[in-house]
Amino acid sequence: MARFLEKFKQGLQKTRTQVFDRLQHTIKAKRKIDDELLDELEEILISGDVGVDTALALIERVKKRVKKEKYMDTEDLLRILKSEFASLFPRPSEARATSNSKPFVILVVGVNGTGKTTSIARLAHLYKKQGKQVLLAAADTFRAAAIEQLQVWADRLGVECIKHKSGSDPSAVVFDALQAARARGTDVVIIDTAGRLHTKVNLMEELKKIRRVIQKVIPDAPHQVLLVLDATIGQNSISQARQFLEAVGVNGIVLTKLDGTAKGGAVLGIAHQLKVPVLYVGLGEGLEDFAEFDPESFVEGLFADSSLHENRVNAS
Amino acid sequence: MFEDLSARLDLILKKVKGQGKLTEKNIADSLKEIRRALLEADVNYKVVKQFIESVRQKALGTEVLQSVTPGQQIVKIVHDELVRLMGESKTDLKMAGIPPTVIMLAGLQGSGKTTFAAKLANYLRKKGRHPMLVAADVYRPAAKTQLQVLGKSLGIPVYAPEHNEAVRICKEAVGQARKQGCDVLILDTAGRLHIDEAMMQELEQIKKEVKPHEILFVADGMTGQDAVNAASQFLERLDYDGVVLTKMDGDARGGAALSIRAVTGRPIKFLSTGEKLDAIEPFHPDRMASRILGMGDVVSLVEKAQEALDLEKAQKLEKKLRRDEFTLEDFYEQLQQIKKMGPLDQLLGMIPGLGKQLKNVQVDDRAFVKVEAIINSMTPEERRRPQIINGSRRLRIAKGSGTRVQDVNQLLKQFNEMRKMFKRMKNKKFRGAFRPGSLPF
Repeated sequence: MARFLEKFKQGLQKTRTQVFDRLQHTIKAKRKIDDELLDELEEILISGDVGVDTALALIERVKKRVKKEKYMDTEDLLRILKSEFASLFPRPSEARATSNSKPFVILVVGVNGTGKTTSIARLAHLYKKQGKQVLLAAADTFRAAAIEQLQVWADRLGVECIKHKSGSDPSAVVFDALQAARARGTDVVIIDTAGRLHTKVNLMEELKKIRRVIQKVIPDAPHQVLLVLDATIGQNSISQARQFLEAVGVNGIVLTKLDGTAKGGAVLGIAHQLKVPVLYVGLGEGLEDFAEFDPESFVEGLFADSSLHENRVNAS
Repeated sequence: MFEDLSARLDLILKKVKGQGKLTEKNIADSLKEIRRALLEADVNYKVVKQFIESVRQKALGTEVLQSVTPGQQIVKIVHDELVRLMGESKTDLKMAGIPPTVIMLAGLQGSGKTTFAAKLANYLRKKGRHPMLVAADVYRPAAKTQLQVLGKSLGIPVYAPEHNEAVRICKEAVGQARKQGCDVLILDTAGRLHIDEAMMQELEQIKKEVKPHEILFVADGMTGQDAVNAASQFLERLDYDGVVLTKMDGDARGGAALSIRAVTGRPIKFLSTGEKLDAIEPFHPDRMASRILGMGDVVSLVEKAQEALDLEKAQKLEKKLRRDEFTLEDFYEQLQQIKKMGPLDQLLGMIPGLGKQLKNVQVDDRAFVKVEAIINSMTPEERRRPQIINGSRRLRIAKGSGTRVQDVNQLLKQFNEMRKMFKRMKNKKFRGAFRPGSLPF
C-alpha cells in the first residue's frame, strides 16, 4: 500500500499542484469567506474538469455548511471541502470483492483509445499475483491487430488467451472463452471488447448481445462490468458512463492516464451524477502502475500538505 | 458532433433574437448562459473568458443597439467570433517541392494516431498522391501489425522493419519511399505523455533527423480542460503545423476544437469522424461555426455528394427519368450512392435547421438494409416492371428478405409515389431526384 500511495501521489502531483494548490492558495489568501471567494472556487473547480453542475452542487453544499456551522477561518473551509469531496464518491460495493463464483467474469468496455487492453493486462497481472488462474478473451475482433495486442500481453504474462479470427463475432469468442474457462476451472475471465463510441446504437447493441451470451453460459455473470475512462477526457466522460451504464450495467470504473493529465476532476463529476464507484486507477506506463482506487487517499492526496502526506505514506 | 453545444446556443440565442431592443442587462444575461454552455462543452476556461469578453465588447457597440434586428446581430457576432476562434479559413497541408513530402503525426496515447494515419493516406491517395505509411510506434504491443493490417486493407505500402529504433525507422523510410516511388510519407509515432521527457526527446530527434514538412498534433476531440496543456507542451517541443481532432462522431461537444486553436494559434486541419477509413474531413472553420450554431453546412453536403456520386451514372439516370423508365434497379443504385456519402445522421446534420431537430432522433442506417433486402429478393424482371408483383410474389419477396408483406407493400407504394413525382417534374428542369419524405426511410 505504501508503494501504491507513493505512486498515486506522484501521479497526482499535477492535479495537486495545479488545481488544488491554487484552491488552497485562494482560500488561505483570504481570511473571510464571501461570495467572491466561492465564485473563485467555482472557477477553479471548473477548470479542473469537475464540470459546471458538480462544481455548483459542491459550492452549494459548502455554502450551506458554512451557514450552519458558522466557522471563522479558511482552514475550516478546507476541512469542509475535503469532507464534501470525499462524500461524493460512492462506496465500492461487492463489485470489487472477488465473489465465490468460479470463473469470476469481468467484462471490460469503453470508447476507443482509453486503454482497455493495457488495463486488462494490468488487471490480469494483479489477479495472477494473487495466485489466480486468469484467462483473457480477445473479443475486440474489429480493430486491426487488437487480437495480436492482447496476445502479446498474454504471452508476457503467461496467461491463456482465447481468440478467433479478426472480424468474427465477438459474442462467439466470449462463448468459447467461458466454455474453456469452465472446462479448465479458471478463476478469472477478463473479456476485452472493441472500443466503441457510446453514441453508436448498433455497437452498443452488440455489447448488449455479448452480455446476453455471457448470461447464457453463466447466469450470474458478468460479475464485474468495468468501464475504462480516459482521465484526460472532459465532460464527455459523464455521457460515456451514462450510456454504458444503461447498456451493460457498468458497476465499476477504471480511470486511466491519470499521470498525464493535470486534472482529476472528471471523477468527481461521475461520482456525483452517476454514483458508479471508481475501482482502479491507471498511472504511468508500467504493468505495476495500476492500483485499487481509494476515495479517501484520493481526496487526501489532493488536499493534504506534502509533509502530512509523507507521514501518512510512511505510516501505512 | 457539436449537437449539444449547438442546441444550447440556439436556445440562448433564440431568447435574444425575439427581443426588439437589447439592453446591457439582457446582453449580460445571455452572455452568462453562453459562457456556461461553452464551459460544459469543455472549452478551456481562459478561452471562454476571452470569447465572452470580445462578444460583449462588440455587442455593446452602438451599431448593434441601433440595428433593426439586434438579436440577429448578436447571433452574427457570436458566429463571427466562433469563426475567429477556430481560425479564419481552411488550411491545407504543405507539400514538398521535391518528394517525398514527410508528414509526422504525434499525440497522446489513444488519441487515434494510427487510425488517422491510415485515413490520411487514403485521403491523399484519392487526391492523386502515392502515400506510404511508416510504423514508428515501437512501444505499444502490435502497433506495427495494426498499421500493416490497415495498409493492407487499403492497398497502401507500409514500412515496418523488424528493428525497434523509431528514429532509424523514419530515416530509412525516406529512402524506401524514393525506391518505391511514393511521394508522401506518413510517420505514425507512438503515443506519449507531454510530460514524459525521454519520449518527447525521441520526437525532437525524429524531427531533427527527418525534417518533416508537416507535423500534425493528433488530439482526442473529447479532451477536457487539459487539452490546452498537452497541446501547448507538444507545440513547445515540436512546433507543429496543424492539429487533427479525432472521434468527432460521438456526442463530444467539441470544446477542444475551440480551445486548442485559440491557445496554440495552429490551425485545425482535419476532423476524424468515424470508424471507417474514409471518415475524414478537412476542417472548415466557417462551416463548423455554422454547424455549431445550427445553421447547417450545405457546402460540405454538396461536396460530399460530388465526391460520392458518379457523374456519368447521374446523367444516365436523368435520361431514364425523363423517359419515365425509372426502375427499382435504378432506385437501388441511388441508394448505394447515398450510402457512399457517409452515415445518414451526419448527412442530415448538415442540412440547415435539421441539426437540432435530430438531436434526439436516432437515424438508423439499417433502414437501408431492409429496403436493399427487399429489392434483392426480387427477380430482375420484377425490378424492371414492379407492376407484375402480385400477391403471391409479394409473399415470396417478404419471405426471401426476412421482412413482412406490409414492408414490401410500403416500398412499392413509395416507389410508385416517387415515379409519379418524377413524372410531374419531367417537363420542368430536372433538379435532383430527392426531396425529404420521398424516400422510404
